[in-house]
Amino acid sequence: MSLNQSSLRADAITCVRGERALFTGLDLEVTSGEWLHIRGENGIGKTSLLRLLSGLSKPAAGCIFWNNQPIELDPDDYHRNLLFLGHRDALKEDLTALENLVIASALDDLTVSEEEIFLALHRFGLRGREDLPVNCLSAGQKRRVLLARLLLRKAKLWILDEPFNALDTQAVEMLSGLIAEHIAVGGMAIMTSHQVIPMPNGRVIQL
Amino acid sequence: MNAFLAVIRRDLLLVMRRKSEVLTIVFFFMIVTSLFPLGIGADTALLRKIAPGVIWVAALLSTMLGLQRLFATDYADGTLEQMALSPTPLALLVGGKITAHWLVCGLPLVLLAPVIGIQFDLDANTLGTLILALLIGTPILSLVGAIGAALTLGVRGGGVLLSLLVLPLYIPVLIFGAGAVYAQSVDLDIGGHFSLLAALLVLALFFAPWATTAAVRIAIE
Repeated sequence: MSLNQSSLRADAITCVRGERALFTGLDLEVTSGEWLHIRGENGIGKTSLLRLLSGLSKPAAGCIFWNNQPIELDPDDYHRNLLFLGHRDALKEDLTALENLVIASALDDLTVSEEEIFLALHRFGLRGREDLPVNCLSAGQKRRVLLARLLLRKAKLWILDEPFNALDTQAVEMLSGLIAEHIAVGGMAIMTSHQVIPMPNGRVIQL
Repeated sequence: MNAFLAVIRRDLLLVMRRKSEVLTIVFFFMIVTSLFPLGIGADTALLRKIAPGVIWVAALLSTMLGLQRLFATDYADGTLEQMALSPTPLALLVGGKITAHWLVCGLPLVLLAPVIGIQFDLDANTLGTLILALLIGTPILSLVGAIGAALTLGVRGGGVLLSLLVLPLYIPVLIFGAGAVYAQSVDLDIGGHFSLLAALLVLALFFAPWATTAAVRIAIE
């Protein structure tokens, strides 16, 4: 499989929380240039599914494959190709937006210049707020800082849990455009959202 | 290595922004150790005798103060998930956090030890032994404590459980650390104590990051 053609496939996965099976025998596949929208009511297991797909937790049954290889065989390679943005911002409130992104990039094993981080923050409408502690930002602005990682990390697969939460209309459009650009260049995305996502060519999976 | 240093830098930056954590540990150590000379009075022979035990007990209780927060905030804000998904091995990042914990909670105690030792009328050789013993022993406290901190992640009342888990594991460090200082104060050979402390440090360096990483993965899952 060429570098440009990648796939993530889940074969008959089952997720159990406590004694309750959230879903059983679920199959899904996403390949380069595609995106999946996972929908379902609260508590149905959307976030749990994303955690399984990212490798944060293991399915009770079934298997997840990255490029036809189980993800647990070479998790480091899988994680190099993955950017997972969850419910929680993973931001340190006492650090500035810039410091948070410098450290997030280092954790991603990237060498990113401050200029690139400034540009990413500016694109998300945070010009002039780069050096403010995150605890001085609104919930929507914090979300924008988190989403700026999408511009810094050139990961092939984006797994995004409710990425449009707390964003205003302008930011929703901006993020939708960014995801569309990512898909257009052969990337892939899986996301949950209760909103109708203003993007073409996506497939919807209803849990 | 870039990510390892970034974790240390980030944790130190956070401490610099919120100095109360390191100051609490330093003041706790100073106050607890200073209460004994104040309570006992000017009986220098007795102070010299109890100094190793008192200073070591204060040191291990002080390092415990910062343990509960070692992973708790990263767990709560989702940073641990991002660390688990990093291309850098999680054990290396956990090692960075343990190193930062020692720099914040262990190293200040080593630097303060000579001042504290003077209150107990320790001579220069014994002070040197105390510093060296703390220099070898306090990293063990951070390494072993990290296992307990990871095991109690997300557990209600985890602070008490953490103490119950970790304090028994600190006993060998306390025995050999305090033993080395006492042996020096009565002119006995200190080689055995230091060999055992060093062996404990090597064991902890080898096993603790691995055990802590396994516990962190369980907590995240």
